[in-house]
Amino acid sequence: MSADLFLLPFLTGLGLAILLPLLGCYLRLRDEWLAALAYSHLAAAGALLALLAGIAPVLGGLGAAAMAGAGRRFFARRLSGGAGDALLLLGGWAGAILLAANAPMAERLGHALFDGQLYFAGSEQLWLVTVGGIVALIALRALSPSLLLARVYPDLFRLRGLPGWPIQAGFDLLAALCLALATMSIGVMGAFALVFIPPWLAFRRAANWRSGLRWAVAISLVAYVVAFALALWLDQPFGPVLAVLLVLAGLLVA
Amino acid sequence: MNVLLRAEQLVAGWQQPATQRLDLSVAAGEIVGLTGPNGVGKSTLLAAFAGRAKVFSGRIEQASGLRIALQTQDVPPVVGLPLSGRELLALTGASPEGLPAWLADRLDSRLDRLSGGQRHYLTLWAILQAPADLILLDEPTNNLDVAGVAHLTEHLRDRAAAGAGLLVVSHDTAFVETVCDRVIALRGNDVG
Repeated sequence: MSADLFLLPFLTGLGLAILLPLLGCYLRLRDEWLAALAYSHLAAAGALLALLAGIAPVLGGLGAAAMAGAGRRFFARRLSGGAGDALLLLGGWAGAILLAANAPMAERLGHALFDGQLYFAGSEQLWLVTVGGIVALIALRALSPSLLLARVYPDLFRLRGLPGWPIQAGFDLLAALCLALATMSIGVMGAFALVFIPPWLAFRRAANWRSGLRWAVAISLVAYVVAFALALWLDQPFGPVLAVLLVLAGLLVA
Repeated sequence: MNVLLRAEQLVAGWQQPATQRLDLSVAAGEIVGLTGPNGVGKSTLLAAFAGRAKVFSGRIEQASGLRIALQTQDVPPVVGLPLSGRELLALTGASPEGLPAWLADRLDSRLDRLSGGQRHYLTLWAILQAPADLILLDEPTNNLDVAGVAHLTEHLRDRAAAGAGLLVVSHDTAFVETVCDRVIALRGNDVG
């Protein structure tokens, strides 16, 4: 009975533990890891707003993050040096906290989004993560050579007439939607921990790009499985347990 | 003679004009050198040919369907990135065939674990060997030792013999005189 109860949350988190570190490798490649935190906070604010408006929170979260991802390029020139991501992060955080503090209905969901209560994930979330994850992985694989070339040889990328704007905006949108999806299940900081720490550790150790991707996924999966079991055993919220484990791993390996 | 690139009375720059008027052409199979003192606008001219800098007057004509590769003095941001030399070459479509032995052996190493000279030559090779009809090189001998310059000289000739046109900006007079078919010297107020 208890095994059945926890199977859906476990599988939902497992899918995210594969997707997020891969996405994180490309965010790190582009020096855009702060954007991940911004998307998560905006997704949380969007979910709470949707709840108050009587719409499914997951739609609100996906919608808010998608708008941020799609609109990010419009402000890139005016808000350079990471300022745009910092503003989005602060705006999302302030919005989410104010909504949770002033609407009793939103308070519980707010806690779940920030605590990362994976154990409440149901079949709807598992389907969303499975389908969304597969689509995202296919898209990432297709975008990978262009993202790498645009980073290492931006001039050659442009001279070859490759479509810079759709590729960059497409990646922003993809990252925003993945982070929103993850925030709904493992919380703001749980999602950020999986996007940031495994790629950071993998980039330090890996011999090449492919092995970097493999290392990031392996680190993420080990941390996820241990955190899932530990949080269940100790009856603690999942997100902080995962974050603590990854922080410890980071301090040990770095 | 198959002219790949022609500039007539070209003045290029960024926010304002930064070069003197220039007439220039590069044909297939030809290596043309651009020399001159610092600040005369050599790199700006390459940037204009690559469509990055602004053309203030004159004009640039390119052969139809021309594929251009540009090597700039900016170092590709590979520090901290787990990218091997082999992966770098695959990204630009460059073949590792013809690499000097001292570099061919290190192809599977991360770029940020190579010496400065090895990394420079490999990132240069990725542009040199990329599928292109016209190759624009900005100070390619920077960071290279004598063996590296000798190998580059030989390879540029092979590339030209295979039909590519090359425009080389360099302050290394001996290298330019050795490798180029023609040299255009930019001298501040006039172009000779």
